[in-house]
Amino acid sequence: MKSEKITKLILLIASVIILLIFSGMAWSMVKGAIPAFGKFGFFGFIFSTEWNPTEDHEVYGAMPFIAGTLITSLLALIICFPLSFSTSLFIAEYFRKKRIAVVLGTLVDLLAGVPSIVYGLWGFYTIRPLIASLGFEGQGFGIFTSGLILAIMIIPYATSISNEIISMVPNELKEAAYSLGATRLEVITSVIIPNSRSGLVAGYILALGRALGETMAVTMLIGNANIIPKGLFSPGNSMASVIANQFGEADGLKLSALIAIGLLLFAVTALVNATGKMIIRKFA
Amino acid sequence: MIAYGKDKSAVRDVTADIKRNAITAIMGPSGCGKSTLLRAINRMHELYPNIRTEGEIELNGESIYKMSTTKLRRKIGMVFQRPNPFPTMSIYENVIAGYDLNGSKLKKDQKDAIVESSLHDVGLFDEVKDSLNKKGNFLSGGQQQRLCIARALAFKPEVILMDEPTSALDPLSTAKIEDLLVELKNQYTIILVTHNMSQAARISDNAMFMYLGELVEYDKTKKMFTNPSDSRTEGYLTGKFG
Amino acid sequence: MDNNAIINTTDNSNWRELKSKLFLGIVILLSCITISPILLILYELISKGIKQINPDFFFKVAPDTLQAMTAVRNGEILPGGIANGISGTLLMVALAALIAIPVSIVIGIFLYENQGKKYANLIRTLTDILQGVPSVVLGLISYIWIVQGVTKGFSALAGSVALAIMMLPLIIRSTEETMKMLPISIKEAAAALGVPYHKIILKVMIPSGFSGLMTGILLSISRVIGETAPLMLTTLGSTAINLNIKKPTSAVPLQIWEFYNNPNMIDLVWSSSLFLLGFVLTLNIIAKRISLRYN
Repeated sequence: MKSEKITKLILLIASVIILLIFSGMAWSMVKGAIPAFGKFGFFGFIFSTEWNPTEDHEVYGAMPFIAGTLITSLLALIICFPLSFSTSLFIAEYFRKKRIAVVLGTLVDLLAGVPSIVYGLWGFYTIRPLIASLGFEGQGFGIFTSGLILAIMIIPYATSISNEIISMVPNELKEAAYSLGATRLEVITSVIIPNSRSGLVAGYILALGRALGETMAVTMLIGNANIIPKGLFSPGNSMASVIANQFGEADGLKLSALIAIGLLLFAVTALVNATGKMIIRKFA
Repeated sequence: MIAYGKDKSAVRDVTADIKRNAITAIMGPSGCGKSTLLRAINRMHELYPNIRTEGEIELNGESIYKMSTTKLRRKIGMVFQRPNPFPTMSIYENVIAGYDLNGSKLKKDQKDAIVESSLHDVGLFDEVKDSLNKKGNFLSGGQQQRLCIARALAFKPEVILMDEPTSALDPLSTAKIEDLLVELKNQYTIILVTHNMSQAARISDNAMFMYLGELVEYDKTKKMFTNPSDSRTEGYLTGKFG
Repeated sequence: MDNNAIINTTDNSNWRELKSKLFLGIVILLSCITISPILLILYELISKGIKQINPDFFFKVAPDTLQAMTAVRNGEILPGGIANGISGTLLMVALAALIAIPVSIVIGIFLYENQGKKYANLIRTLTDILQGVPSVVLGLISYIWIVQGVTKGFSALAGSVALAIMMLPLIIRSTEETMKMLPISIKEAAAALGVPYHKIILKVMIPSGFSGLMTGILLSISRVIGETAPLMLTTLGSTAINLNIKKPTSAVPLQIWEFYNNPNMIDLVWSSSLFLLGFVLTLNIIAKRISLRYN
């Protein structure tokens, strides 16, 4: 049985790779971020709203990007919810196992396959002019346009989780409600939703995690103004897109500031995803 | 006639007059269509696609197909094979669920009265009166099933359909529920699907025997068990098949 | 109790049925809105991109600005294609797959073999978290590790490493799920015959779960093939075909980004996006087919 021990050892060693990647990521980013944190202070960096890369006047603060990321992602979640929840009800409740539900499910899955940059292009050439024609400032760039595209991008994730959760609600509970004279809507509001609530919440938390880290589509639509957005249609910038945008010409303190933003983004998405997964695991 | 899909008919040629304030048992081997027939009475089959029905079912001379399902199901309650209290609701909320689902606006004391009387009717009140606001998941299977019966009774329906209500319970709980049914028939008309012949013999007044989707025999229970008129009924009752 | 408990509530069933039907109407309407973007995107890419799809598109490198300007002025279709992007994408994805697949399958088997153990649960949780790390952050990491640390400059290798880290969690979890679905009896049958443990894994479990593993691998490739942000940080791009993993390299999504930033090359944006989306969706469909056929 010596070979069995060796095999188990190989499996164990492979699993260590995940630990190494994870701790290596944290270590490298903390190390890279230290100059920025050292110069501006940890909280000073996070809460400062100034971003000025001019030489000798370099000041870097993450707040505009944190704000932009949070606002666009939450907006995306708000827009996504009614759409994906309706779609889940369509697929997992109203037309369950029917051909039309399979077709709809496939189309929603296709949304997940569209690369971020293609969403950006479509947003730029189709959605942005639409928003601009509504008469808002800034040629249609800004928080709302990014949030809208992000909403479309996270729909497949939110939908596929809610589909699973909704179809797990036991049939006998639905039948019990029907036998008491409930209408379909009443079955949905008083049986399906209460029985799947925590799973649905987890699904939307995971979808939020997706939105927080999306880069290209947001970069192409948010307007890339390094300010705290003043309104729904104001331009802004997000953590992911400032990294993508300004990385090319970055070195020294600026590079460190970008790495620091990357570290914050890593921490926030890790936290959000861990929470979502934890709820799902408890639910299942 | 009730058919699944295009041409496979599950139940056909059933004509029967169900007696008021009595327990009518529907017996037969599994797959004979007894549950299907029961579910047609409160139109539960309409929840599923591709099920066709032909014919007429009347309640007090009124066609059930002329009523809305919501209205019909308030008059005809149902209890299922496995206890299915709503896990997200307290015991109290479970009993009153029918009213809440139907959007009835009741005063607190009206609700209290309904909950208390319904739980009394199923003999559960004393056992749960201190934990009405707790979720029902700590109850035993038999208690849960009685809670489900209370939930159906809360509406004071005219008819209660029971789809093998004791098949998931232990003998002691089963005996309790059987006693309860005998008590309840003074106020309600009960239609009971059972695969358990001795249960039908113990508590039902009338019995139907179904075989391969047909109603073979419908008579007083006593008569059917002592002197069945159809050889297939006799075969089933004496254990030749089923 | 007494019959006073019977409450005669007014019959509101018609209104309730109507509300229920209205809600169904809203659900159908919102579902149609949900799927409209994918149809609109497909329509836009096909209608604007198809005219540039020709043999040159696949076999020639991108035109320079002057060539593009001339073509635009003469109203011709743009010369050249995305051969440098296609070759770069194939190179980097192949390298990433080479790095990620063996490691992920072994880790996936580790997780399967150690169900319920604390350490394995930790690894599983970290894998799940890794799956949620934004791709741009993985680009940063690969920049620090490979661009600064190994190749001392932008390189295909750095891009591959970023993509490989993205692929890891996807293949690990799909491997574990596949293994869980295999009947335990086939493992026991092999063990009963005295087959050594590593041979059970290599000769029994992996072949039996082949379709599941394949599905996971194809889906992970389709996930990373359209990634732009991590490549912007690691491989930079190149106007020529490059197969040296230590050198800057182009990729199809990177080229889309370059075309997007160059007003003269806008037609190529649509055709290369159409190509990329077509590629991704084809991979997806093949993956689904495989998993359908074998399950």
